[in-house]
Amino acid sequence: MSSIETGLYELGQLDRLASQDTSVHRLDPRAKVITTLVFLVAVVSFGKYDILGMLPFALFPIVMASEGQLPFRFLVRKLLVVAPFALVIGFFNPWIDREIIAYLGGLGISGGWISYASIIIRFLLTTSAALVLIGTTGMLGVCMAIERLGAPDVFATQLLFLYRYIFVLGEEAMRMARARALRSFGSRGMGVHVYGQMLGQLLLRTYDRAQRVYLAMQCRGFDGHVRIMRKLHLTSRDVAFTLGWSAAFVLFRLYNVPLLVGQFVTGLIT
Amino acid sequence: MSHHSIAVTNLAFSYPDGTAALNGVTFEITHGESVAIVGANGAGKSTLLMHLNGFLSPTSGSVRIGDIPVTKSTLPGIRKTVGMVFQDPDDQLFMPTVFEDVAFGPMNLGLPAEEVDTRVAEALTRVGALKLKDRPPYRLSGGEKRAVAIATVLAMWPNVLVMDEPSSNLDPRARRRLIELLGTFEHTKIIATHDLDLALDLCDRTIIMNDGVVTADGPTSEIFSDDALLDASGLERPLSMQGCPVCGSA
Repeated sequence: MSSIETGLYELGQLDRLASQDTSVHRLDPRAKVITTLVFLVAVVSFGKYDILGMLPFALFPIVMASEGQLPFRFLVRKLLVVAPFALVIGFFNPWIDREIIAYLGGLGISGGWISYASIIIRFLLTTSAALVLIGTTGMLGVCMAIERLGAPDVFATQLLFLYRYIFVLGEEAMRMARARALRSFGSRGMGVHVYGQMLGQLLLRTYDRAQRVYLAMQCRGFDGHVRIMRKLHLTSRDVAFTLGWSAAFVLFRLYNVPLLVGQFVTGLIT
Repeated sequence: MSHHSIAVTNLAFSYPDGTAALNGVTFEITHGESVAIVGANGAGKSTLLMHLNGFLSPTSGSVRIGDIPVTKSTLPGIRKTVGMVFQDPDDQLFMPTVFEDVAFGPMNLGLPAEEVDTRVAEALTRVGALKLKDRPPYRLSGGEKRAVAIATVLAMWPNVLVMDEPSSNLDPRARRRLIELLGTFEHTKIIATHDLDLALDLCDRTIIMNDGVVTADGPTSEIFSDDALLDASGLERPLSMQGCPVCGSA
């Protein structure tokens, strides 16, 4: 399978996971979106040398994933796909920031390595939270939630269409790539030049399709506002979920829980 | 005159690049008629269909749906009356689930939620796709997509159904099912198609287009027996009207 094909398949799999029926899936999408937002803000707001304080936050994606019956291996694979970005972003930190700020045993650790690790942990936390959100809520649910929460209509609509047509676009790209491969006999199919033309071709086709889709929408009375039928009900369970987790995040952010636990345990021993 | 009739008068249209796609097309379709529009590739069929719904405005001539001329100000009403099924269902099914998609039109009509629910269920039942209602459209088969695309239009209760190549890309059984389904509709139907057997099964009347003009307009069985006319229009007799390839008998 080509990489495009695999990507599409995995995207579809995320969608299938979202259609499960578990206690997490049954939560109101708005509750999950708000909770995830609080989570993201809390994680991102940590200082650049913080590592320990962030660790308790792993609880959220782990609990959600296991309650929502998202296969662990699937999530890890998805994380690995995006990981190179995070690895590259912090790549130069250890070289630039060489000041030793911590000692592990007898080994001095520079600020650069710590901030690099901090970036990677941040990446793991935020990406897994986002994956879990989609995997337990579905794209439609997330779109509905952000619209109901007052985000501009355009955002929700864009997101909705992006998700719907990424499959169509992906398949089109895949067919073109396949057609080229079939006639390039193991070589690179005349290289970058043709590649550029294919991209242009894809853009033009997309443009045409966009026009046809818009016609189809107009045909059915589209007036610039996509109305989604399904109703959302916020129950006390949803409120409890949101408040409970948010309180935990604030707590984790304000107090360095692992440090406190460590001090407590050390206090008990000595 | 009811809303179900269509009158096209001297319709001419040129694309902005100067290509003349329609050069004076005139016909009238009355209530409940089922009409096939056939013609070779590039004969102007799709351009004609685009005018029936006001997507394109004529360079000259006019289109009337019932008593109402198709103009900018009458478009919302026209688009409610004329339901259009596109050739590629992927263009037509743009919502995340089948249910949302079929509900899209009725919601835009401002119908109350219960009414939308009943209309969606009814339209999906009509095309035999009710069990698909929670599926995302991109994961349906070609035949299922087509059925749902038709349901999205039916849910708006149009008086006229306009279809562009409804049987393209369907396997034989899905095609047969589609023909049976379309046969049960009492709407005024206009079907642009290369599938002449479908035209023969569904439409009593056929309009042949060639180079942007109507070259013939009459009963389907007569038109499809006129070999000289078919040949001049870049067409062939429908398979069911050709001799048997095995035994040679007609």
